[in-house]
Amino acid sequence: MNGHEAFRGRNLPALAVESVNHHIKVGIEIHQQLDTPKKLFCGCPTVLREEDPHFSILRRLKPTYSELGDLDRAALFESERRRTFCYQGYNDTVCLVELDEEPPHDLNRDAVSISLTVAALLNMTPVDEIHVMRKIVIDGSNTTGFQRTAKIAFDGWLMDGEERITMQSLCLEEDAARKISDTPEMMTYRLDRLGIPLVEIATGPDIHSGEQAERVALQLGRILKATGRMKRGLGTIRQDLNISIEGGTRIEVKGVQELGLISTVVEYEVTRQRNLLLLREELKRRGVTAPRPKVVDVTDVFSSSNGKVIKKALESGGRVQAVLLPGYGGLLKTELQPGRRFGMELSDHAKVFGGVGGIFHTDELPAYGITEEDLRGLRKKVSATENDAVVFVAAEAAVGSVALNAVVMRASEALKGVPGEVRAFNPDGTTHFMRPMPGSARMYPETDVPSIVVGADLLDKIRRDLPELLEKRTERYIKEYGLSKDLAALIVDSPYAITFERLVKSDGLAPSFVAATFEYTLKMLKREGIDVESLEEGQIRDVLIRVHKGEVAKEAVAEIFRWLASNRGRSIEEATRALSLGAVDTAALKAAVAELVGRNMERIRRDGERALSPLMGDLMKTFRGKVGGKVLHELLKEEIRRRLEGAPR
Amino acid sequence: MVSGYKGKVLELIKKHGLEVGDRVLAKNERISFSGILMPRSELDDDQHLILKLDDGYNIGLSIEGLVVQKLPSEESKISPPPFEAKSNPSLPKVSIISTGGTIASKVDYRTGAVSPALSARDLYQSVPELGDLADIRTEILLSVLSENIVPENWGSMARSVSNHIKDGAKGVVITHGTDTMGYTAAALSFALSNLPVPVILVGSQRSSDRPSSDAYLNLKGAVFAAARAPFAEVGVLMHGGSSDSSLVVHRGTRVRKLHTSRRDAFASVNALPLARVQDGKIETYGGYRRRGGGELELKANFEEDVVLIKSFPGVPPDIFDPVIHRGFRGIVLEGTGLGHLPESLFPSIRRAIQSGLTVVMASQCLYGRVNMNVYSTGRELLNMGVIPAGDMLPETALVKLMWVLGQTDEPEKIRELFLKNIAGELSERSDFIDVERG
Repeated sequence: MNGHEAFRGRNLPALAVESVNHHIKVGIEIHQQLDTPKKLFCGCPTVLREEDPHFSILRRLKPTYSELGDLDRAALFESERRRTFCYQGYNDTVCLVELDEEPPHDLNRDAVSISLTVAALLNMTPVDEIHVMRKIVIDGSNTTGFQRTAKIAFDGWLMDGEERITMQSLCLEEDAARKISDTPEMMTYRLDRLGIPLVEIATGPDIHSGEQAERVALQLGRILKATGRMKRGLGTIRQDLNISIEGGTRIEVKGVQELGLISTVVEYEVTRQRNLLLLREELKRRGVTAPRPKVVDVTDVFSSSNGKVIKKALESGGRVQAVLLPGYGGLLKTELQPGRRFGMELSDHAKVFGGVGGIFHTDELPAYGITEEDLRGLRKKVSATENDAVVFVAAEAAVGSVALNAVVMRASEALKGVPGEVRAFNPDGTTHFMRPMPGSARMYPETDVPSIVVGADLLDKIRRDLPELLEKRTERYIKEYGLSKDLAALIVDSPYAITFERLVKSDGLAPSFVAATFEYTLKMLKREGIDVESLEEGQIRDVLIRVHKGEVAKEAVAEIFRWLASNRGRSIEEATRALSLGAVDTAALKAAVAELVGRNMERIRRDGERALSPLMGDLMKTFRGKVGGKVLHELLKEEIRRRLEGAPR
Repeated sequence: MVSGYKGKVLELIKKHGLEVGDRVLAKNERISFSGILMPRSELDDDQHLILKLDDGYNIGLSIEGLVVQKLPSEESKISPPPFEAKSNPSLPKVSIISTGGTIASKVDYRTGAVSPALSARDLYQSVPELGDLADIRTEILLSVLSENIVPENWGSMARSVSNHIKDGAKGVVITHGTDTMGYTAAALSFALSNLPVPVILVGSQRSSDRPSSDAYLNLKGAVFAAARAPFAEVGVLMHGGSSDSSLVVHRGTRVRKLHTSRRDAFASVNALPLARVQDGKIETYGGYRRRGGGELELKANFEEDVVLIKSFPGVPPDIFDPVIHRGFRGIVLEGTGLGHLPESLFPSIRRAIQSGLTVVMASQCLYGRVNMNVYSTGRELLNMGVIPAGDMLPETALVKLMWVLGQTDEPEKIRELFLKNIAGELSERSDFIDVERG
């Protein structure tokens, strides 16, 4: 059992000062893309593309009613915006399945195997039969209006020091389309990402601090990496955090991509929830009751205002409207997170629901060209006292009214404490309101995809082929291949670990040379901005083998990779020719060596072995980067021996 | 109800008196779950049962060592809010007749099973905007997947349309499965003679339980076209492209499903579509039969003993024997090219015609018209008495022959009626159509 350890806030921006210990519960949901050649339900490659799309289509989505006649709150929220969705695609990498113009193909077995492997590494129990579900998502990120997802395994664990962290579930799902642009009328998505397989791993709410969350996320990430089948790079892994404190509410923070931000996000959210509880106490103390959603037109008060936003809105036919928040005076200034005040929470709701640019409120004024006199007029108009707050917006009347209603809703929720919601994070680790918490997930069977029995044979094979964890692999690389600790850690953590081992094993290449090529040479080229990802494994292998055989000089490796990366689809022969490397044929080389030795026979007879080094210097001048030093050395020695032995004749 | 379960797992379920939808506790030495027992696909094995967990996921559990137990169900059935059909007598009267198909499929939200149960009324309920387009009546005529439609159903559809028109409908919409919607459209085109209002068949390629379904837009377009279109013909309305923007009405005798799954699967062949519906406007192409005038004449008899046979390299001549012996009345041949068959079939064809069967020739090319004078094989078939189907689609030729044989028994009348243009299925001219196949 997990005792909930009391949280002792370390370095918390102590906005909340009180003595109660809050039990913190954090759960992590990791979404990691799998590196499979094909998508989850079709034969398209899993590549993201940046060039102009080949085609685009327009669609709309409609929320479907349940039999109980209700609509999911989150779904309704999206549909109220009634937007058109534009989907972009590429003829050669997006097919009718992503376009929702063809039923899904069978579930990708490769992705199932990888998921089962991860499940085994996390000590989870697999389901006996996999059933694909449709999870309704109508924000347009899926052309179908739902995300296909399947539960693969459940109830595992991993250890964080002495603590056992539950791995609640592992699901295999399709990634959503990529958002390209977003206007009130039209949302544009690109279909390249839609359908890339990803695993979603949810931990239990067993984590008790931001640091612990970060450690667990790191450990999970390394376990995933051990399979060698995960995509890498920006956007391939996303973490959602579920955070609650005692007396607070579960809040979901979406899409944290940087591991280093997790602890900050958790700490700031704990702070926010604490401060919202304090705010509730203060409202109670003041005897405040829920404000009424009564929107008052106050345009006349501001008819000659110098406020820039107001002037502009009025010029384009907008109105200034206000709501009264009785008893809230001064509280909109309450800082909930560093730099984020309660007024901003109200503003976020107005923006998201009403689509306005923002709100004004009396706790931050006079400012923005709004004068003390404007405020007096405003207060009079809505009969506000100094104890009250007034929130107002300048916008088209209907829009402004929706926005202010959202403000009143959020202000009322402050009387209850922490409203459950989905939040998005800001670059500094603070968060902002994104949308209401979805209701219990609306999930229906994906009747177009047959179920898959997880047989004993498959599970045996998965267990037999379980990948080595990264820590173990590092140790082994040090022992088995004589790599330095640093280089071993680097190569194990890099995308090249498996390639490295294959090259060393199959081709007998020197481990440290191979590892260094990947970790130093390729990384250096990457820093130069060279697209090293475009190099194929076969090409890299070929170059290294040629170096090993002495056909290509070690010094030329970087140069060759550079050329291959910027001349895609060309061969190594072409590279060496273009760079006039290795183009020296053996006969010419031998002739050059013979000539050099011939010219220096006197010196050789005189100095013996010692003559070798200056002669070698001469040869290197001509052949550096074209012929390996080792090869030159061999040829030179050979020639000298031949001459000395053959001299009498 | 224990739908989909069989064999061992069915025994287990029956032993414990369980039904689909029951809350169940299932455990073995490794796991313990409570969830709702879900239906199973008939194609799945008899070794697993399906449970919907509280997080919404379905999982299959092996019955090997599984102990199950029925739990009390805490669910109380809430009835859906009553639905008030809007009635606006100032709008044109439009009837929606439902026959089944994808457009009318529905998910059971408790079990997740999809069934073809959505009625015209349910459709109207889920697309309330229909009430702003027309004064709607609804009728559930059939509830079948369109692959199961038989010629007799065409007759009942025609009679139902006729009744609605007599009751004052200014347009009729028929919801239909897409697989054989083209056949039904052709059949109604022949059966509803002297039609005074538009009859629009509509389907969907994505079922209406999905947020991305094309059913909503198609249904709205169909009601709009039924209420407002200037033409009085039988049409098929579907998406004109992959986008949810333009809809196309195809003439019932000229339309064919040309794609298995796309929204814009239907196309007009050898003719322009009747109209395009976009941004609340109906734009017609070329000529059409105008609304109004005249009394509808119902000619809803179809002779079912007609077959469609496709020619192919190596087609065995004796496949015609049972057709002739069993006393079929007509054969539509889907010949190659301009209307050809391998000579090896000639004796069979000759025998069929001598036995009193009507034999017509359409082309498997779909596009273009048959011309059996160009090669000697064609001329020989003509001499035997094979009737060329002109630029008719093979399926339209089949439906037409069924209809013709349902109208008359006299060989001369049969030939005359078949060769006459009844509902735009046949033309003398082959237009050079150089627009997108919409």
